[in-house]
Amino acid sequence: MNALMDALIITKRQLLQLARVPEVLIFSTIQPVMFVLLFRYVFGGSIATGDPGGYVQLLMPGIFVQTTAFTLAATASGLAEDMTKGLIDRFRSLPISRSALVFGRTLGDGLLNVVVLAVMGIAGFIVGWRPSSGIFKIGLAFIFLLAFGYSLSWVGIFAGLSARDARVVQNLSFLITFPLTFLSNAFAPTTGMPRPLQYVAEWNPVSTMVAACRELFGLQNHFGATANSFPSQHPLTMSLIYMVVILAIFVPLSVRKYSHANKK
Amino acid sequence: MKSIVAEHLVRTYRNGEVKALNDLSLDVEEGTVLSVLGPNGAGKTTVVRVLTTLLTPDSGSATVGGIDVLKHPEKVREIIGLSGQYAAVDETLTGWDNLVMFGRLYHLGKKASVTRADELLERFSLTDSARRPIKTYSGGMRRRLDLAASLIVQPKVLFLDEPTTGLDPRGRQEMWGVIEELVKGGVTLLLTTQYLDEADQLADDIVVVDHGKVIARGTSDALKKQVGGERLEVVVDAAHISVTMEAVAKVSGHAASLDEGLRKVSAPVTTGATALIEVLRLLDAGGIHPLDVALKRPSLDDVFMELTGHVAEDQVVVTDSARAKKKDKKSNEKKSSKKKGAQS
Repeated sequence: MNALMDALIITKRQLLQLARVPEVLIFSTIQPVMFVLLFRYVFGGSIATGDPGGYVQLLMPGIFVQTTAFTLAATASGLAEDMTKGLIDRFRSLPISRSALVFGRTLGDGLLNVVVLAVMGIAGFIVGWRPSSGIFKIGLAFIFLLAFGYSLSWVGIFAGLSARDARVVQNLSFLITFPLTFLSNAFAPTTGMPRPLQYVAEWNPVSTMVAACRELFGLQNHFGATANSFPSQHPLTMSLIYMVVILAIFVPLSVRKYSHANKK
Repeated sequence: MKSIVAEHLVRTYRNGEVKALNDLSLDVEEGTVLSVLGPNGAGKTTVVRVLTTLLTPDSGSATVGGIDVLKHPEKVREIIGLSGQYAAVDETLTGWDNLVMFGRLYHLGKKASVTRADELLERFSLTDSARRPIKTYSGGMRRRLDLAASLIVQPKVLFLDEPTTGLDPRGRQEMWGVIEELVKGGVTLLLTTQYLDEADQLADDIVVVDHGKVIARGTSDALKKQVGGERLEVVVDAAHISVTMEAVAKVSGHAASLDEGLRKVSAPVTTGATALIEVLRLLDAGGIHPLDVALKRPSLDDVFMELTGHVAEDQVVVTDSARAKKKDKKSNEKKSSKKKGAQS
């Protein structure tokens, strides 16, 4: 119980930081909104879809997933910064549970995602996004997105603890998240890719997430040539499996790493 | 009763290549102040990190407040306060935010945390800046806030790792005042410093460490006695240094040492004022007019020199440019020590 309270205090610290430097919140929402506008108006015209409502219907789930995937980088660099500032020594010399700091940070980044997704949703609506599946499924899609961001947050924790420098962490996490989000069905159909890449894109958690969200927002499942594979048939189940696997690996790994972080 | 006991601590880095702690033992009597004095890289921070449960030694044992640091680190954490070399507070938040947060992490409860934060801010004269982000604080204010954060639960044993490093003289004075107040309150304090006058001013006992080992221990008077009598100091123009060194050595009977930055030649003497006259005669005969001549009671700097065979780091700080140079050097060292895993 104490451990949870400690974690919540750490989360509160992050919210306080946002209140003190609101620019951080503003920029972390402007960026995804900018993506919405760019993709909608720059690529939207040249990508023909068979769906009613056009490209923006396909695009929004893709951008939602991409944005939540970037949580990895946010968590990683935030934690890495704490690690380099000596602040971590203070936290570690406090009589609190060793997992509180990392746990609290994942919760904080999760909350930030709520705000970001809400703003993006509104921006999407303004430029023509109209999910047609009803309030329940739309809500479920957003819960799914938050869960996806949360699980990747733990990968970020691990990355943040592993690197020696906050700037390295930033670069490293973009090196992970960029190919992850683009080697997928998020922005363009995978059918245009070379065959081997199609398989990669097929099994990419980002693709299964995007496909799952499209389904939940009431769209057809758009998969490429390998449309008979398990992930393309069951994107929701597959995404859930991915999240569970990621958490099962990275939560214990990160907590362990944090406990031993300064002992090397 | 001993409040802190460290026995035969060994800690190596990079597969034994670097010995940060090399069979280091020390102890602190309850309610007293021990200063761990040494240059950068001597192992001061490492010993603090071991005693505050942040680092596990390769071998050796330690107790704080009678509790075994290795067996029950979580219990040790409840009775200690730590204020490190770098202000370990959240810079984006205000001073008040920070103290309340740490209070809550010590499980004080919401109301008690707020009361305690206000109390501490008042006590460390930070009330006026309580609602400003730490980023806007001066170095001295940051350190005071950091110290306040380590005092939230009134620790029995307090560890201060180089509490005044990087502060300007005024900030240092203020910090000393605060620390002296604390000591009057009866806390057991282990303080590391590379400033010899700081150890002299604040500590009951001093241990001098170098290369991960205690090389001397005693009160500041006892350590000064160990070095012996007075020192003769002569400051001359750069051109006359070698002749002056010969003269000083002749009067002293020991080899003279040189502080190049200050162009100060010095050596131990036993003959008091006579030595002054002798050296002035010799210099005058050589046509050298010294800029300054003095007979000094031994300072801890001399103790340090005598014990380690090299000059303590802060001896050459006088001019602004020298200070700036030193700062550069320090930030470089910071970087490299981070790579090695903070072994200073």
